[in-house]
Amino acid sequence: MEVESAPKSDSVISLSGITKRFPGVLANDQISLDFQPGEIHALLGENGAGKSTLIGILSGMQQPDSGSIRIKGTQVRINSPKSALTLGIGTVYQHVLLIPSLTVLENLMLGAPWWRACDNAGTKKRFEELCALLATELDPDVPVGRLSLGQQQQVEIIRALWHGQLALILDEPTSMLTPQGVRELGGVIRRLRDHGVAIIFITHKLKEAYELSDRVSVLRLGKVVGQLTPEQLGQMSEHEVTDAVIGMMFGLESAEPDLEETLVGDSSLSHDIVQKCHDGSPLLQLQSGSTNGKIGECPLIGADLSIWPGEVMGIAGVDGNGQKHLAEVLAGQRPLAGGSLVLDGQEIGKTDLIERRKLGVRYITDERLGEGTANNHSVATNLVLKEIGQSPFWKWGLTQNAVIRRFADEKIMEHDIRTPSAQTPIGRLSGGNIQKVLLAREEAPDAKLVIFNKPTYGLDLQNTIRAREWIRQGAGAHSAALVVISNELEELREVSHRIAVMSQGRIVGVVENNPTADTEIGRLMTGMDAA
Amino acid sequence: MSAVDQKEEQANSQVWAAVRTILRVMFPIALALLAGALLLMVLGKDPLAYYGYVVKRGLLSPTGLQASITRMAPLLLIAAGLIVAFRTGLWNLGVDGQFLLAAVCVAALAPVLINAQVPAPVMILLCFLVSAAIGAAWSVVPAFLKAKHGINEIISTLMMSFLGVSFANVLIKIPFNDPTTTVPQTATLSVADRLGRLGDTTIHWGIILAVGVVVAVHLMMKRTSLGLKLQIAGSNPRAAVHAGLNMKGLTYCAFAISAGLAGLAGAVDLLGVHGTIRADWNPAYGILVIPLVFLARFNGFAVIAFVFFFAVLMIGGESAARRLGVPSFFVLVLVALLMLFFAVTEFLDHQRRKKGEE
Repeated sequence: MEVESAPKSDSVISLSGITKRFPGVLANDQISLDFQPGEIHALLGENGAGKSTLIGILSGMQQPDSGSIRIKGTQVRINSPKSALTLGIGTVYQHVLLIPSLTVLENLMLGAPWWRACDNAGTKKRFEELCALLATELDPDVPVGRLSLGQQQQVEIIRALWHGQLALILDEPTSMLTPQGVRELGGVIRRLRDHGVAIIFITHKLKEAYELSDRVSVLRLGKVVGQLTPEQLGQMSEHEVTDAVIGMMFGLESAEPDLEETLVGDSSLSHDIVQKCHDGSPLLQLQSGSTNGKIGECPLIGADLSIWPGEVMGIAGVDGNGQKHLAEVLAGQRPLAGGSLVLDGQEIGKTDLIERRKLGVRYITDERLGEGTANNHSVATNLVLKEIGQSPFWKWGLTQNAVIRRFADEKIMEHDIRTPSAQTPIGRLSGGNIQKVLLAREEAPDAKLVIFNKPTYGLDLQNTIRAREWIRQGAGAHSAALVVISNELEELREVSHRIAVMSQGRIVGVVENNPTADTEIGRLMTGMDAA
Repeated sequence: MSAVDQKEEQANSQVWAAVRTILRVMFPIALALLAGALLLMVLGKDPLAYYGYVVKRGLLSPTGLQASITRMAPLLLIAAGLIVAFRTGLWNLGVDGQFLLAAVCVAALAPVLINAQVPAPVMILLCFLVSAAIGAAWSVVPAFLKAKHGINEIISTLMMSFLGVSFANVLIKIPFNDPTTTVPQTATLSVADRLGRLGDTTIHWGIILAVGVVVAVHLMMKRTSLGLKLQIAGSNPRAAVHAGLNMKGLTYCAFAISAGLAGLAGAVDLLGVHGTIRADWNPAYGILVIPLVFLARFNGFAVIAFVFFFAVLMIGGESAARRLGVPSFFVLVLVALLMLFFAVTEFLDHQRRKKGEE
């Protein structure tokens, strides 16, 4: 790896003894870190290691209980996001925070004081300056909603750098990007570094950290537990770096192979996949399935899919190529506009969601908060959300609270859901525990079809491993057909028997999951086979 | 820490929580009364005399208290309907039209039934059913627009309410007009044909029905599958779709319950108190009840308390207004002040809790 020798000048941001306490949690414990100009500094750590809190403090969203922040040697207080921006510290969050109906330029003008007229010319000038800095071309007059996610992120970066180029914080910037987008982002980040911006880069993914960063700091339980300097990084191989970082992250002597595999995304470590035999008729058969989509959605166009009992079918493809519609059509949440869907010899294309659930169809949505849960209702209620009005939880329409409570307590034990009680509103739980609630809710021994949409999205390592293990073991069902939609290829390689590739609402190919699958999937994804 | 200490601490924190809840209600009431007093002083009136009359006439005198309790009946029925609609996330602001139209139709129907020698209980039951049906029917258009096209029900229910109020006036002035009177109004029911009184009081039994309905609605929302479905539809419509709930059906259902109860309130008020409706009469109870339902945070029992408080204010305020020459809608000023201070207290409490969580 090429190591950028950091300028020997003083660090641009220097944190010392930063401590932040929440009730019951010491989120940041005496954190001291220095960020150098012209250096990409990766912060690694599990969920709950204190990365988000540290970012919150740097971006002015939160105030430390004690400790000091120095910028170029002078002590400062960052007491609002605005003051962070004025100091030249910009933050790009995991999710895009732009207004889709406004144009790029309008979005960039939003921060200006209300009494000042919109300065179109001035804004445009600065926009072009920053575009040049990023070496990107964006049309300032196009509504943000029409840009790709990668382009939207570039707009976010431009906004973050608007008032100064001291430091740029990127919070898991690659989680929503295509591989192509990740490469472009890498280019942008390196350019900014070469112009002297201090880049603070937060990630779960070790491989990215290794490829992109000049310096790596690891947080665990609110403390900085280790750092790899540019000199050290330059002398270590990727494998050594991985070992060292995993050791620091989990406080281990040497990494467990499972953790390492997930972190590194190394599919050569993939479990042995024994193909299911395809004698007999498939359990699930979708034939030329089509849907109607609203503007901005990608509908299904004549998709065919056959899955045999006990088989895990991975669905690969760049986000927004019809995966969501496929999941919803299978689950019964969206009507088929054309084609047929047969489950276990029975045509189910016309049945509604409740009926399909009784036939053994289960759907774990990727929008855990958006649609998967009612977040001000209790964990117990959310566990029976799809059975409302049905026995034994309801009798004559009356809620059987004792039965529901007992059921919930069982599931909480069985799935190790960490919650103060079954009556706690589910919105207070962490993402991993909410996902456990969904997995528990969709568990059924006699299920015939289980659909997972991005099952590990946003989860930390332990929960990711757990969810993948759950899928590999058949999701608590005897021999269901499993559909796993994901935009992480390693994940699909790890859990699936076969992998179908989606592009533009079509299933463009199905490949067996064997060591050479990667290239074939890549070819299908990029559409080189499309003809 | 020993177990005893822990128990004690828990008990202490429970007492604390109760005290805080009471403070949270009493503090804004005190502030609103204080601000109202300042306003009265600016108007050159004696605030103590005003409040004294309100309490004396609305609460302490037997006739005043009975009038206050009687006034609660339609307010409670409307509130019960609003609890269902609001918990389902549907802002049915058209209750006044639903109320008035149902009341006018019952005012026309009741004399016909009485002339046809229908027994009184059957007559009353029929009137109740018809009023609920008419109220519900008046909500079908907004419910359809909401369920089918996602059109904002705030606007559509308000528009339907204006139409309903105007249409009610047309009915009073043309088909249902009593030709024996000089002012346009419906035929007057004799006192014997109205709802029975409770003992020696002037309170009709509609109040018992109303309290029963509020409690029933409260239990329905908390203890039945329909209540939970409506709540899920209200708190996260996308989760409701994901769980396979029939959103369209639930929308129609919540609208029908809410508007049906507003219609029932019209029948109870007519059969219990007025016996006739004059043209251009519109008590606009709905607009008064909406803030109370919010203050009660959609809780049935709290609604009963707030409605009682408000009825006393209304009855006592009418009397105080006459005696002191304060405009009778000064009561509304007090309610508005109350809302304002409740909102401020809520906000401060929220801030404090947020700080505690950090």
